[in-house]
Amino acid sequence: MEFLTSVGFLTGLSIVLALLLVFANRKLSVYEDPRIAQVQDMLPGANCGACGVPGCAAFSEELVAGKALPSGCSVGGPETAEAIASFLGIDAGSAERKIARLLCAGGCDVAGDIVDYAGFSSCRAAATVAGGSKACTWGCLGLADCEVACDFDAIHMGSTGLPVVDADKCTACGDCVDICPKNLFELHSENQKLLVQCKSLLAGDDATDLCQVACTGCGICAADAPAGLIEMKNNLAIVDKNNFFDQTEIATLRCPTGAIIWLDGQQFPKEQRSAKLQKI
Amino acid sequence: MFNFLSHGNKTFDRGVHPGDFKEQTRTLPIERMPLVDEYILPLSQHLGGPSKAVVSVGEKVIRGQLIAEPAGFVSAALHASVTGTVIAIEPRPHPSGRFVESIVIKRDPYSAQRLFDEHATDWKKMEPAELLRAIQQGGFVGLGGAAFPTHVKLSVPPGKKVDFFMINAAECEPYLTSDHRVMLEQPEAIFLGIRICMKILGAKRAYLGAEINKLDALAQLQSQIPADLPCEIVPLETKYPQGAEKMLTEAVLKREIPSGKLPIDIQVVVNNVGTVAAIGDLFRYNQPVIERVVTMTGPGIQNPRNLLIPIGTKLTEVIEFCGGMKEDVRQILFGGPMMGNAVRSTDVPITKGTSGVVFFTEDEMVSTKEYPCIRCMRCVDACPVYLNPTQLGALARAGHYDDMMDLNIMDCMECGSCSYACPSNIPLVQSFRVGKALLREKMARERAEG
Repeated sequence: MEFLTSVGFLTGLSIVLALLLVFANRKLSVYEDPRIAQVQDMLPGANCGACGVPGCAAFSEELVAGKALPSGCSVGGPETAEAIASFLGIDAGSAERKIARLLCAGGCDVAGDIVDYAGFSSCRAAATVAGGSKACTWGCLGLADCEVACDFDAIHMGSTGLPVVDADKCTACGDCVDICPKNLFELHSENQKLLVQCKSLLAGDDATDLCQVACTGCGICAADAPAGLIEMKNNLAIVDKNNFFDQTEIATLRCPTGAIIWLDGQQFPKEQRSAKLQKI
Repeated sequence: MFNFLSHGNKTFDRGVHPGDFKEQTRTLPIERMPLVDEYILPLSQHLGGPSKAVVSVGEKVIRGQLIAEPAGFVSAALHASVTGTVIAIEPRPHPSGRFVESIVIKRDPYSAQRLFDEHATDWKKMEPAELLRAIQQGGFVGLGGAAFPTHVKLSVPPGKKVDFFMINAAECEPYLTSDHRVMLEQPEAIFLGIRICMKILGAKRAYLGAEINKLDALAQLQSQIPADLPCEIVPLETKYPQGAEKMLTEAVLKREIPSGKLPIDIQVVVNNVGTVAAIGDLFRYNQPVIERVVTMTGPGIQNPRNLLIPIGTKLTEVIEFCGGMKEDVRQILFGGPMMGNAVRSTDVPITKGTSGVVFFTEDEMVSTKEYPCIRCMRCVDACPVYLNPTQLGALARAGHYDDMMDLNIMDCMECGSCSYACPSNIPLVQSFRVGKALLREKMARERAEG
């Protein structure tokens, strides 16, 4: 008969604990809007932070609370924004698509090295050693920190050692902007067609001695463009990023080095991936 | 006389024993670098916010005159190192490899180069707060190399107290002898500086820790200590990185600084001996930081020298004064070979943090070919702060910087003992620098986002 005591005791205990759980479930439960989980499922789940809040979960909370608009998610694109907007019955908001642009065109064919760099193969590491090996202090080091940082397979190093951004895959998450030690990436609207691919503060021959495609600060583009579109600052042409209407290809035509370009979509031509990468 | 050469000199646990290579310059007295025509004074020569220029282009300035004031608490003042005219305020090459906003002064060739404002201040009558302000106004930064503003170090936060003032004369970096020469040649300035710092801090006792490869300096200081100065000269074993604050306090006092804390948390303040001597000079001659002792050394320079160089002198001109470089120079380092930074051109100015410039030729270039980690754990045995560089290095190479946080990467002081010890040439410390910088940026972003 002894086993009955054990059975009875365990049954009693489980009933008490079950009641405790029922009580906890009723009294201590926190109400969470079920839509938050559903919206989170609709988001891409990249947790990239491009929307400005840490992660998709936090962004879905803001969406349901009405603090953000679905178009804030640049990764999902218009379809996702539309779907979330119709689900929540709110306006999707409008966001122009942005693409990461490299403000440097000095590949190894046009811009030389001044010193040898041997060490940890990372732009970040190279930049801490006297600014890296490239003669131009502002130029791209080409050690592919951005390629590693990109979660969307949108950046690949080209044959001249510059990162090629795939304009179709770029989601403007901003990871490359953060990682680049030379701050060479900027997120530009896809409507922004004029681009100065240089950050060198040197003028004239000082600049072209280091890189054949550097902006020399000559000011021809500023003179050719409608007044106020291009401003010369520290020997560098700065394009007004809010004025798409006045943009004109004429500004690029007389550039002596080709530092300012007129682009549509892709910045550098997409290249065949190297054999090593294709094998993988 | 104490017996220096007996074993059992104080030291810390772990660390490495690189050769000291100081014989090239240890016996050479400090010489004054002749004045040149142009001086480039970067607004950012210290850790912390860049200074703010208070002069404009075309203005005449006098040697020792304030030309840039500190922007914020962790920042430093800057003074004209020469009498002349400001000819430009623009970005100029900096030892870091970047272009940094700098004040360029053209020397007035007819000036007698007298110091600005010559009335001597009597430090005995000044309150500690006034002394501290004078040091801030004098543009003082750690002259040992890190260039951290001195007044920040000497400010005791409320609720904390200081028992000991420690003078860092370890000079554990190979090749460098600037501190060694300062100790031999300017003992009065050092003792005056110690008195002033102790008054500011309210410290009871001072310790001067120096490695025994500077026997002559130690013996001389020991014989000249004023009777009323409670200062003790502590001979230390020659070992790297003895000059790191945490290692020095451990070696001298056997007090360990806890992870993430500062020497002030164990009631100690540490300052470099060169800085202390310069503080002495401030109150002896009213001279702010406008020049410093720099060791020009290494196998790649024709005439190695210990030079007193005005801040802002271009390296090119210093090299010329030293008889030029040998033809096969391959690497130029600002600072010593362990923690120094390579420069990419000789077009850069000598800054407040430049304790030495080392020139290496082809012969000293060792192979940098990297081999796989063989788990010999030499780096683990070398790390003076008890980290595990093997594991950290593997994480860094995989890009798992977040996981490095759990292994206390932030305690790494980038001394480079691990890279030195590694037989496989793995650039460990460099990858840690990258990881630390990225983690710091990430933390700053998270703070900003709340």
